[in-house]
Amino acid sequence: MFVLAELEYIIRVEPRRFGKDMKREVRDELNRKFANKVLHSVGLCIALYDITRVGDSYILPGDGASHTKVRFRVVVFRPFVDEILVGKIRSCSSEGVRVSLGFFDDVFIPHQSLQHPKRFDQEEQLWVWQYESEGEPHDMFMDLEEEVRFRVVQETFVDTIPKDGQTSS
Amino acid sequence: IRRSCKCKFLLSSVQGNVYLVVSFVNRIKDNAGMLSNFEVLDFLSESQQKSQGKRPNGRGQNLATVTYETTEYLSKTPAAVQNPTCIENFLKAIAPFNLTKAEKLQLVNLRPMSQVELQLIIEEIDERFSDNKIEEILGIVSSELPPSSPPNDENPVGSDHQ
Repeated sequence: MFVLAELEYIIRVEPRRFGKDMKREVRDELNRKFANKVLHSVGLCIALYDITRVGDSYILPGDGASHTKVRFRVVVFRPFVDEILVGKIRSCSSEGVRVSLGFFDDVFIPHQSLQHPKRFDQEEQLWVWQYESEGEPHDMFMDLEEEVRFRVVQETFVDTIPKDGQTSS
Repeated sequence: IRRSCKCKFLLSSVQGNVYLVVSFVNRIKDNAGMLSNFEVLDFLSESQQKSQGKRPNGRGQNLATVTYETTEYLSKTPAAVQNPTCIENFLKAIAPFNLTKAEKLQLVNLRPMSQVELQLIIEEIDERFSDNKIEEILGIVSSELPPSSPPNDENPVGSDHQ
């Protein structure tokens, strides 16, 4: 479920923070920037694990703050394909089931991947597994907040870089 | 000073809230090692304890939120009752079966108690192991890794006694 990712980033420390404990400043700044954020092709960053290397600090013209290149490792939530995870059903729609892990909500099970045979109950707005036992079909409702086990089939990172706008001359 | 820059966008996973941060992040290694649920829970609990004494940092909200939610989730998994010794013992006991790293990791994280659960984790289990071996694997899992909740007793859940 979790991996360590090694990243490098330039920390900007404002002048009013000069003189404070450098390690703590760097740690706080990294956690501020990365905690609970999804990094493209890496995963959901949970927290800073450790700092591997702190470079020299530079002060650039036009900015009084110091800039330091820092190499560090972050605990990242990134399940591998085929991993089995447990989550709670957040919502059901005719498209499929949305599952949440509490700290991560974007798990979607398209209806094609649900167990056969199944049907979508329009009244309750829930998916139902029509389990057959001894020739008798039993309706197993996939209620909200129920725990489910699921296998990761695909991961998608949504790229949200804004498209180039028209520049006015 | 104008300079062309290579930007990466950070996007929060919290539904409904999208935090966009432009930054220059260099990815050295996307995967510098896998962590078991226990290692993550242990690490987060330790850092939570360390930061409890210090003054509350108003801008540390994201870290607090995700740390809390993750520990909440993990404390309801088998990781909550594990320790480094039992995991080490388990890995030693399971070594002769030549399982892949991913399979061993999932056995530790999920602590399967039935053949059905085991079939999900171990690929082509019927081709690789006989029924006896499968029972053996389940036995090792149940003996080396502590159970996360008290074993089921005779009374069914949810029965009302007047």
